[in-house]
Amino acid sequence: MNKAVKKKRKALAAQNDCVACGCCVKVCPFSAIQILKGITARVDQDKCVGCGKCAKECPASIITLEEVAV
Amino acid sequence: MKKRWYDYLWIVSLTYLILGFFNILFAWLGLLCFFIPLIISAAAGTKGYCNRYCGRGQLFSLLGGRFGLSRKKDIPRWMKSKWFRYGFLIFFFVMFFQMLWNTYLVFSEARGLRQAVTLLWTFQLPWHWAYHGTLLHPGVAQFAFGFYSVMLTSTVLGLVTMVLFKPRSWCVYCPMGTMTQLICKVRNGKP
Ligand code: SF4
Ligand code: SF4
Ligand code: SF4
Repeated sequence: MNKAVKKKRKALAAQNDCVACGCCVKVCPFSAIQILKGITARVDQDKCVGCGKCAKECPASIITLEEVAV
Repeated sequence: MKKRWYDYLWIVSLTYLILGFFNILFAWLGLLCFFIPLIISAAAGTKGYCNRYCGRGQLFSLLGGRFGLSRKKDIPRWMKSKWFRYGFLIFFFVMFFQMLWNTYLVFSEARGLRQAVTLLWTFQLPWHWAYHGTLLHPGVAQFAFGFYSVMLTSTVLGLVTMVLFKPRSWCVYCPMGTMTQLICKVRNGKP
């Protein structure tokens, strides 16, 4: 294992398929998600801890947890 | 998270549905959940109604989430496609205008009042017990029956998809949700 690169999981919303319902915003314990202009959700990567609550809640199931290097 | 007053609007939605069983004329109040989302999206350019105030969405969250009446499975891909969402919006509008037309027929006295609620645009449920006459024109009551049909139909569809898929699956193809998002897109351009 490469110790130099730490990996973390972050939520990522597929913005094209988002219906902007805001269900994800309501469940995020860290208020990491915003609905931009009533069109799509955006996850603030700095606030997200990758708990996955939003992904579970999203009725369109368009949030995935991706590994990102930090 | 701290609950705010608008987190309890599901009570209003539930009350609305129940009132329709007692006096159909209450159905007129449902116009509020047509105009408020549209006004918010057109004036503020947000889906604030869906994101905060929609009692129907909250009701599905509660029943499907807290009460566990949902399988919590992913909805099929076609149901979240733009095709289906916009197609359903158009279908919904066509049906809505047909309902307005029927109301017009009663207003113009070309047809008598039908004391029935139409479920899923097909099934006529007798609903005469909730009609106690009106001082106004029977057309006023016809609109109430028609509008309540729309509300009940969408609730039933929402409940079915809540059970089959995720609690708020209805929000994926809800015509009001699609339309307010569309208004925001047109108004705000790309996010
Ligand atoms: S994964 Fe957790 S912390 Fe990250 S956006 Fe989703 S709910 Fe919020
Ligand atoms: S729950 Fe899903 S569809 Fe709804 S706003 Fe969040 S990412 Fe978009
Ligand atoms: S999509 Fe429809 S049901 Fe869901 S929150 Fe918006 S208006 Fe309410």
